[in-house]
Amino acid sequence: MLDARYSSSIEQRDTRMKLTEISNDINEWFSGSGPLADIVISSRIRLARNLADHKFLSHCSTAEKSEILEKLKDVLMSLELGDKTFYVSVDKASALNRNFLVERHLISRDHAFSKGPRGVVIARREFFTAMINEEDHLRMQVLKAGCQLSQCAKQINHIDDMIEQKVDYAFSPRYGYLTACPTNLGTAIRVSVMLHLPALKMTGQTEKFFNAARDMNLAVRGLFGEGTEAASDLYQISNQVTLGVSESDIVSQFENTIIPEIVEYENTARNQLLSTHMDTLDDKISRAMALLQNAHLISSQEALFLLSHLRLGVNMHEHMGASTPAIKKLCSLSNTDSNIDEHRGLSITTVNRLFMLTLPAHLQLNHGKQLDSARRDALRAKIIRSALNQDT
Amino acid sequence: MQCQICKKKTATIHLTEIAEGLRTEVHMCEHCAQEQGIAAKSQISVNELLSSLLAAQPTDDELFGPSEHQTPCPHCGFTLDQFRKAGVLGCPYDYEIFEKSLLPLIEKAHDGKTSHCGKAPSRISQPAKKQIERSNLRRQLEAAVRNEDYELAAKLRDKIKKYES
Repeated sequence: MLDARYSSSIEQRDTRMKLTEISNDINEWFSGSGPLADIVISSRIRLARNLADHKFLSHCSTAEKSEILEKLKDVLMSLELGDKTFYVSVDKASALNRNFLVERHLISRDHAFSKGPRGVVIARREFFTAMINEEDHLRMQVLKAGCQLSQCAKQINHIDDMIEQKVDYAFSPRYGYLTACPTNLGTAIRVSVMLHLPALKMTGQTEKFFNAARDMNLAVRGLFGEGTEAASDLYQISNQVTLGVSESDIVSQFENTIIPEIVEYENTARNQLLSTHMDTLDDKISRAMALLQNAHLISSQEALFLLSHLRLGVNMHEHMGASTPAIKKLCSLSNTDSNIDEHRGLSITTVNRLFMLTLPAHLQLNHGKQLDSARRDALRAKIIRSALNQDT
Repeated sequence: MQCQICKKKTATIHLTEIAEGLRTEVHMCEHCAQEQGIAAKSQISVNELLSSLLAAQPTDDELFGPSEHQTPCPHCGFTLDQFRKAGVLGCPYDYEIFEKSLLPLIEKAHDGKTSHCGKAPSRISQPAKKQIERSNLRRQLEAAVRNEDYELAAKLRDKIKKYES
């Protein structure tokens, strides 16, 4: 009993060490780089797979779940991914560490808070993660910055090929890859892009985006689930149909039709802001900056909301050459955090960094202890103030 | 963002109203929105959606007689009744065992499609590989016809004929 408790505490400490290695910075896919990065934040492709000759998880005993976990963990940890990988035992991780993994998009909320033996294999640069024993035995994803779906598809296909050499997947010629839920059947692929659409909201045209998504049979959700899209203007769109359409057809539909259409909507709205609603734009940006530079208590939701306006300002300056009074002021700020930005002016990296590092679990993990909501709000405000105030 | 009404909870409902050219925005929590008579439709989980879709299908009693939905899968002991509640299946064999009941649901979830097209594991049998290849070619043929690329369509048609012979 004591041995078990001792080894569990060592494992927790080990997990915390691995996570604090990555928690001080943003991940590659959130770096603000890549094609169409001013609107397409990131591209993600996820594949669901199950082992043949095993039940789906809802019908597995704990022993069978452990057997699947060990088998897949060994296979995944032996892959040559061109990056170091580490494993986190999710069922043994603390709630804070699990929340951190969710904030980081390394695991799903369901995986974090379900029951039974389960884990995640993570590539150190976070472009690849594989959840073991989520709804399916294996759910793996490749994430990249900007619009890079073809590259994601190529990489995950290669990883899938390597895994397939070592295990037998549940597969039927009629229905394709067999998944616990029939909605994922077939290719079992989920193609998603995360989009930043603040101008559509400011010009009251979000419906246009929702209608387009609905017509193209896409699922829309916020960055961290229900409600959060309104705060951060970040929307994730994904395919829903996985049977009867090939992986390459889904990817090319996103690249050739879906993304260009939505990007055009947002770009048109950004141009409208510049030509006819400049006061609205400058008001939003200036208010956001004033609050972020001066607030002493700021909630996560409010920070996401205000940082979204700064991201819009910086991107409109960098990608459209916009120079309204508020944008000019924003981009002439001297950044005090010389480790991040050597050039003058607020960069998109700083905005994204503040966005991610001030999320509740990131704050606490980097602070080294749990904090109540009021203390988190104070610490968040302090970090943001010190990064955004001019170096005078 | 804080609810503008109770000033306590987080605002998750964001209402934009445009009246006589004036635009107003109200941010409130779900509770206050409901009190204001604004319907807040919560997100339905995929599993719930599936269960409701399945419930809309003809019942198993109608399809197979009264005992079918309680007949367990010989491989995992799973029943259709359990699927109705959980929205997930018990084992890969369930797709075969409960095919008749699942097919309408699969069709509905996948925009009318009922057969796989795309990647397959390299280690599957030759006949299975051929089946998938045929399915892939048929989809390509449909796309070629849709795009009015008749030269490609003719090539694909010949290829499919060859496969079928």
